Order: sequence, then C-alpha cells, then structure tokens
Amino acid sequence: MSGSQTAARTAAQAGPRQAQAAAPASEDKISIRSLSFYYGSKRALEDVSLGILANRITSVIGPSGCGKSTFIKTINRIGEVSADVRIEGDVRLDGMSILGKEVDLVDLRRRVGMVFQKPNPFPKSIYDNVVFGPRLHGVRKKSALDEIAERSLVQAALWKEIKDRLHDSALALSGGQQQRLCIARVLAVDPEVILMDEPCSALDPSGTARIEETIVELKSEYTIIIVTHNMQQAARVSDRTAFLLEGKLVEYDDTERIFTNPSVSTTEDYITGRFG
Amino acid sequence: MSTATRRSKDAVATALIAAVAASILGIVLVILGDIFWKGTKAISWEFLTQPPVQGMTAGGIFPAIFGTVSITLLMVLMALPLGVLAAIYMVEYAGSGSVARLIRAAVNNLAGVPSIVFGLFGLGFFVLFVGRNLDRLTGKDLFFGQPAMLWAAATLAVLVLPVIIVSTAEALTGVPRSYREAAFALGATRWQVVRGVVLPQAWSGILTGAILSVSRGAGETAPILFTGCAYYLPRLPLAYLPVPLLGVRIPMLNPFDQFMELSYHIFVMATQSHDTTLTRPIQYGTTLVLVALTFSLNLAAIVLRARLARREVRE
Repeated sequence: MSGSQTAARTAAQAGPRQAQAAAPASEDKISIRSLSFYYGSKRALEDVSLGILANRITSVIGPSGCGKSTFIKTINRIGEVSADVRIEGDVRLDGMSILGKEVDLVDLRRRVGMVFQKPNPFPKSIYDNVVFGPRLHGVRKKSALDEIAERSLVQAALWKEIKDRLHDSALALSGGQQQRLCIARVLAVDPEVILMDEPCSALDPSGTARIEETIVELKSEYTIIIVTHNMQQAARVSDRTAFLLEGKLVEYDDTERIFTNPSVSTTEDYITGRFG
Repeated sequence: MSTATRRSKDAVATALIAAVAASILGIVLVILGDIFWKGTKAISWEFLTQPPVQGMTAGGIFPAIFGTVSITLLMVLMALPLGVLAAIYMVEYAGSGSVARLIRAAVNNLAGVPSIVFGLFGLGFFVLFVGRNLDRLTGKDLFFGQPAMLWAAATLAVLVLPVIIVSTAEALTGVPRSYREAAFALGATRWQVVRGVVLPQAWSGILTGAILSVSRGAGETAPILFTGCAYYLPRLPLAYLPVPLLGVRIPMLNPFDQFMELSYHIFVMATQSHDTTLTRPIQYGTTLVLVALTFSLNLAAIVLRARLARREVRE
C-alpha cells in the first residue's frame, strides 16, 4: 500500500467523524510518511505510511518481530537511546517534523509519553515516581506537585487504592498497580500523545482489564497508540488498527472493519489465527 | 577405563585440589599469624600515640599513622570525583564506539603499570613539572617544587584511579536499562538520567570502590617514595592558622609539608636503620597496624556493600 492511498483513506474516514475541523488531512495528530528504520544494516520497518487521529486509540498489531515496537519507539525517538539506528522518511507531530537532528528531544518526549512493556517504576516512593517528570521539567512547588500527583493518579485509576501510602515504595505495588503508576507518571508531564508498548503483556487478566478501562477513559484527552500482540485487546479498546508484517504496513483501517471485513487476505489470515 | 581407575583418579584430583586450596590458606595463616603474634607484643598505647625516639629505635609510630590516614584521605578526595566522572563518561556517554574502547584500554593499562613507575611519574610530573612551574609562576624559591603530601597524594590518586573507575563502571552498568528508558521517555536530559536515576542506584558500588581504593593506596610505598614521604620528621605535617580576635591557632593539615607513612616506615625500619635487630619489634608492630588498617577498610567495604545491596532490593 502506498503512502498516498493511506493518507487519502484516512482523510476520507476522518472527515465525517470530525466535521467541524477545517482541512481533513491536517486532522492527523501524527502523520508518518515512507518511514524506514534500520538497526545497523538490518531493516526493521520498510516504507510505512499512515496517519494517527487525535483523541483516538490506534492499535498496532502483528506477530513478534514485525516491527511494531520499533514503530512506536520512533514517535518519541526512544529507540535510538540504546542502539545504533538509521531512520528514513518523515514523521510529523501537528505538522512539525520530529526526525531531524535539530529536534528538541526533551520537548518531544514531554509531548509524547510512553508506557513500556514491563512496568518500570523507579525504586522510589509512589509519590516520587509520579512527580519525577514534573520535577525534571522544573516544577518545584510542593503544592503544585501534590496537585499533579493526585490528578495523575486519579486519571490512572490508582488514587483510591494508594492515597494513604503515597510515600511507600512503588516496588511494593502489584504488577497491575505498577503499570497504572507508570501511566500516572506519564500523565503527570501532561503529554498530548501516549505510546503504549504491549502495556498488559506482563499482567494477569484482572490487571489487564483495569488498564484497558483506564486507556479508554483517557481517550477523550489524549491521542493513544497501543502496540499489542493480543488481538482481542486491539478489538476491545481501539478505534483504528494497523497491521504490520515483516516491517511493512499490510492494512490500516477502522478496527471494526479490520476485524470483520479486512480488505487484505493476509490480515484475515492473521486475525483468524492462521499464522503468527 | 574401569570404574575403579576412574574413582581413584577422581580421588587423586580431589586430594590435589584440596591440598592446593589448603596451602593457600596456610600461607595466609603463617603470614598473618606471624605478624599478629610478634606485632601485638610491640603494640601499646604509647606505641600508637607517641613519635619515635632515640634515633628511631624506640618510641611510637604516631606520625606514621597520622601521615597514612591524612594522605589516603587526600588521595580519595582527588581520585573519587575524577574516577566517578570518568566512569560515568565511559558507561553513560561514550557508548560502545572507538573512543569508549580507547578509554577502557587506557584504564586497564593504568591498572597494570608497576607502582614504582607511578612513583617516578609523580616525581617527574607533579614535583618537578607542576611544582617547579608553580614556583616560577608565583616567584617562590622551592616551595611547591619539592616532595610534599599533596604530590604524594596526587600520585597515589593516579594509582588507584582504575580501582575507582572499574568499580563505579560496574555499579553503573548494573542499573537496569528500563530505568534509563523510563526517564528518557519522560523527557529527561542525559545528565538528569544520570543524576536522578542511575547514581542513586549505584552509590553502594561507588562507595565500595572508594574504600577499596583507600585500602590499596594505604599499603603502597613506591609511589610516595620520591614524592613526599620522609625518613623521619620531628613534627606532624600541620600548619597553624591564627584566628583573629579569639587569639587561638587552629591546626590544619599542611599539604606542602612532608610526612611519615606506615609502609615506608616499615621499609625504613627493616632496611635503613643502623640496628635492624633492635627495631624488629617496631617493624612487626607497624606492620600489624598497617594490616589492621587495610583489613578493617576492606571489611567496611564488604559490610557497606551488603547493607546497601539489601536496601536496594527492598526499595
């Protein structure tokens, strides 16, 4: 599928949904054009183009090693922290290119938060975890930090459970609570986009259900991209679904359509469990 | 091969390996036992608190204890910041490129240089080059450009730098990558990641390295031989700072003075004294003090590491 086709279809479908918006094409919160990604000489993504809608949940599905983690790690450029990588193509956030050398990564990552596969709270107190980001960005006042901490924990549906032990170690929480803490930690820096890299893969079913509820509630304020290997999860929470295979975008459409009437037969084979 | 032969070969191997291990233990016991047995006889309150008297054939070793403690403290003050910063650069900034490899190789080579070479380097670089040039710049006549505690401590600092760098680098590498990723993803700068996430996790390893470097540096003779230690000094390396109005003078460590030192004192007592048999008890007593000092520092490092490691797991 070529970039222009994807863009056209995205615009066509976005149009009626948000009729008040002026130009349909500019509604994409994030637009990705011909993105290719290399680890050394190994290519992980090949010519991926798609547009991510604001205030929607977009899921990225595909078998292990299809490049879905690499894909979202390009959007906050965290992939280049620990590996030698080369990126081609263009990724724009609100129309501004984010792949250039001159891009302020601190600012980009404040706007594009990320929740990782394994819950990774810092070995600090619950409170210190949540206010870690605001402190990085210069918030010093205790009252402001307290307010941010409460708001973020409420949003992440963790406040009720832990409000009496804010200063206990975050590592004493259950896996699901830790992951919601990580979501609160991201919300505390007030991002516009939240990337989630298989956020439930290390959790039990009840922990997964709570996270999914939280994600759906966050949709009204944030643009969310979730990578998942769990197709039921993609079907349950997301509005749009992208299917990646061997680094290429096979199909990108409304979630309902992908799961009921996909236009590419490979997609159907994958979601019906014939491979992967 | 029959089962019987295999069994007997196994028995021989086991016995051989056990004997080697036991002989190592034996060597340690003989050395420490001898030092302890003969050393304790020499040790008294007077021995620990008084200066040598009668041409250094009697009296105590207080100036040497004072010198060893002061110089290792000065050394650690100089080596710790340098070593920790170098390790942070290696682990957090340099990545795995050619610069990082070059620095790693330099550190390893530094660790392998014989200590007498450090001694000569210290004399040539710190005393003669840095010191003499400071004299020239300040118009002084041989104030900086002679052996002194500062130069000896600087030489020792270079010697123990690899110890600190290696243990700090190990501690930094031990901090999980997920913490760094989480911090970067929240918009932290590299320095904020190091300062806020990595260092708090690595302190125990860094402190252990610092203590090990002290115990290593405290036992060295060659690096201070030409750079500052004295055969005999009738005074402690102190300067008295007058406090205006109060009319008192506060004793301060004078880093431009020479000093006595335990390991060099042992060397002097054993080889340079006019009567080495007479000074034998002093040699043993001094050795015991030095060994006890380094042992207790090693022990402190082990205890500290264990306690901090437990705390990190609990957190």
